[in-house]
Amino acid sequence: MTSTAKAVSLHLCIIVVLFALNFLLPEYHRGILSRVMVLSVFAMGYNLAFGYAGLLSLGHAMFFAAGLYGAGLTIYHLGWSAWPALAAGLGAGAILALVAGFLALRTRGVAFMIVTLMFAQAFYLATLYFTTYTRGEEGLVLPQSARNLSFPGANLDPTVPATRYMLALALLTVILFLLLFLVRSSFGRALVAVRENEERMRMLGYDVFANKLAALVVSGVICAAAGAAYAILFGYAGAGFASIQYSILPLLWVLLGGAATTLGPIVGTLFMFYAVDVTSSYTNAYMLVVGIALILLVLYFPKGIAGAVRARWLPWLP
Amino acid sequence: MAAMATVMPLLATQGLSRFFGGLKAVDHVDFSLSKGEVRALIGPNGAGKTTLVSLICGRIPASSGRVFLEGRDISRLPAHKRVRAGIAYTFQITSIFANLSVLDNVALAAQRRLSDEQSSSHRSLEQNSREALEQVGLAPYAQMRAGNLSYGHQRLVEIAMGLALKPRLLILDEPTQGLSDGEIESFIALIGKIGAATVLLIEHNMDVVMALAHRITVMDQGHILAEGTPDEIRANGDVQRAYLGSSS
Amino acid sequence: MAFGPYLLLAGLEGLVTAAVLALMALGLSLVFGVMRVVNVAHGEFYMLGAVLAWWFASLVSGHPALGFLLALIASPMVVAAIAFAADRLVLRRLNYEPEATIVATIGLLYIIQQLALTFYGPEARPVQPPFDMRLSLPWFGYSAYKLAVIAASACLILATWIMLTRTRAGLLMRATQSDRETAQAFGIPVDRVYAGVFALGAGLAALAAVLIVPIQQAHYLMGQDPLLLSFIVVIIGGLGSLRGTVVAALLIGLSDGIISMFFSPTLAKMLATLLVALVLVFRPQGLFGTAAR
Repeated sequence: MTSTAKAVSLHLCIIVVLFALNFLLPEYHRGILSRVMVLSVFAMGYNLAFGYAGLLSLGHAMFFAAGLYGAGLTIYHLGWSAWPALAAGLGAGAILALVAGFLALRTRGVAFMIVTLMFAQAFYLATLYFTTYTRGEEGLVLPQSARNLSFPGANLDPTVPATRYMLALALLTVILFLLLFLVRSSFGRALVAVRENEERMRMLGYDVFANKLAALVVSGVICAAAGAAYAILFGYAGAGFASIQYSILPLLWVLLGGAATTLGPIVGTLFMFYAVDVTSSYTNAYMLVVGIALILLVLYFPKGIAGAVRARWLPWLP
Repeated sequence: MAAMATVMPLLATQGLSRFFGGLKAVDHVDFSLSKGEVRALIGPNGAGKTTLVSLICGRIPASSGRVFLEGRDISRLPAHKRVRAGIAYTFQITSIFANLSVLDNVALAAQRRLSDEQSSSHRSLEQNSREALEQVGLAPYAQMRAGNLSYGHQRLVEIAMGLALKPRLLILDEPTQGLSDGEIESFIALIGKIGAATVLLIEHNMDVVMALAHRITVMDQGHILAEGTPDEIRANGDVQRAYLGSSS
Repeated sequence: MAFGPYLLLAGLEGLVTAAVLALMALGLSLVFGVMRVVNVAHGEFYMLGAVLAWWFASLVSGHPALGFLLALIASPMVVAAIAFAADRLVLRRLNYEPEATIVATIGLLYIIQQLALTFYGPEARPVQPPFDMRLSLPWFGYSAYKLAVIAASACLILATWIMLTRTRAGLLMRATQSDRETAQAFGIPVDRVYAGVFALGAGLAALAAVLIVPIQQAHYLMGQDPLLLSFIVVIIGGLGSLRGTVVAALLIGLSDGIISMFFSPTLAKMLATLLVALVLVFRPQGLFGTAAR
């Protein structure tokens, strides 16, 4: 089997397993997995910018929140239905990524981290400032009727757990295969090369700025898709999702699962969710778990789970 | 004055300068290269050779002056656009993608050129990359991780990347530094075979210079001290004085 | 109160903020200047300083000045020791690689914050100021302690400046900041300098917190806002420039105090955050710093 065939088969297998779990899992775990799937799309978007393009952003919460509020506000205040709201979320994410990226990419390394952090902080403060529309930390609860997704032939109601699970899975599948295709394309190869040696790429004729900006915009749109999906599927949009915590969590999930691997973000998100879930039954100190995990990861397992698997056993893993 | 047929130089600079504060690294240099020539750029350390070629390929912005490629003013073009216009630069300190395979390294260069020519089928990409590797004699190492190669071979990967761009002007910055004698001989043979490309070569190794150069430009303290054929330069008193007392 | 005196009051409050901010930002600036490390947990060292100050003060009964004095000396030392340990155990092993270090300091932030929450609790607790005098100005009475804070901060900054420019330790730090490799070639124990600087930075933050804790209260989340402000100060003042840090702290402290009195603090913070980002984008060296390497 060629490596492409192996990669595609593996990804298909995983989707099939996830599909089957809809019918096999008890309700509690199915609910967690629905949430995990949407948040791993967020992690996958972050992975494109951080893992593949090497852009360590500390501000990706703003892209997720742009999608979340883009969909949430249009549903809540303008009475839009789900599909246009989703589009609004994606559009908001794209525009924000374009503007923020255009400015932030003029800096590098530590300065880039700080600039993205600051932009995201400003966005978070804005959601608090405009509390009349967003209701701040308390957030907006979206009406059930508006969240129906109409397909030719059927109306899917995300308040039904099984439907919600399938919709989350559908989103995951689309983004997963999109990214699989993207990272193996010449654009994906160019991104990795820019990450490895930017000056060299410049002198090979590549427009490094344009490449990075493209990566950031695609990343932002994917994160916004996750945000918009979250609003529609779970019916809630709150300022907490724009806070620094939601810029750090995707970093953690990607590092844990394996940066610059397609499956790493899913693995990392799933693992962290269950790690927190399990420790929460013993102690309230989940922040401690996150903190220790980050330090251990960065010290001893910089490649993450999937990354280590790829290095040791499966070099064809994308 | 009798009308002369002027052949447009491939590359020309006009009053090109670069100042770092009070230091005149390159001081109002007028320089030109003819198509197909192999020009060596020599001079003591700190003469401004690397700075000059960096100004030409756009790595460093000029403080003043202009650069022309086949008559077209490229002074405002950013570095990556100059590369696409046909100027290739190999780094003084080897700068390749250590974690990629040798073939992938060269493929990145070939991919860029092929997408400009709009013929980026997978097969032609692989073919072009392998051709470049053949030219420098690295074909057997195609699948090896580039960082695992010896220094001399890494230097050759750089040159292969430059060749894969099929440039009009190939700038080599101290290409033989760190190479063994045998590797230097192969290098001389390689450049001899390149044929139609114009080559600008910064070198300290006089054997290489004498073997390859059609003409030599000598720089000292930011300006051009002398220009001429190898014999003319060898006999030039100013050049000898510039080199006396400096390590070369 | 009329507008003029109101402005004066806002100005004094701003000076207090600036005084404490300057100390804290100085710590952050030193760490970045010498080590090229962005310590996201800096705010937690500040918080730890306040929390430990409360604890030390609670050990001593009698005149509040005694408890405060103990806190003033012991708290920064403990925090500095913790920072020293963090540097040796974690940061040094990462070889101070910028991205890995930021991730590690984020982890540190979470750990310290959680430990404070677990052992100190979610409540805010006050510490008694060492003395309780009020200065009678024609328009209002003002706490003498707050004025003392301003004076103390100025002295400490001066002391730090003297240490940096006149002592051997300071010379080692400046040499390492200037050129790490050359410093190593000259036999300077760069690793030890780094550990020392990291500890000093944390100690300064803790000191700032001890000074402010009789005015505000000690709370496990109190490190977040000052961290943001410190970042703003350090970036606008120019990384690694002491003079820039002080000037920027004055600017930011005063304007934050004054703007917050007249406008919504959220808006003020939002604009300040955006301003910092734009300064970094368009003028990365800030007001006084040298161009970034």
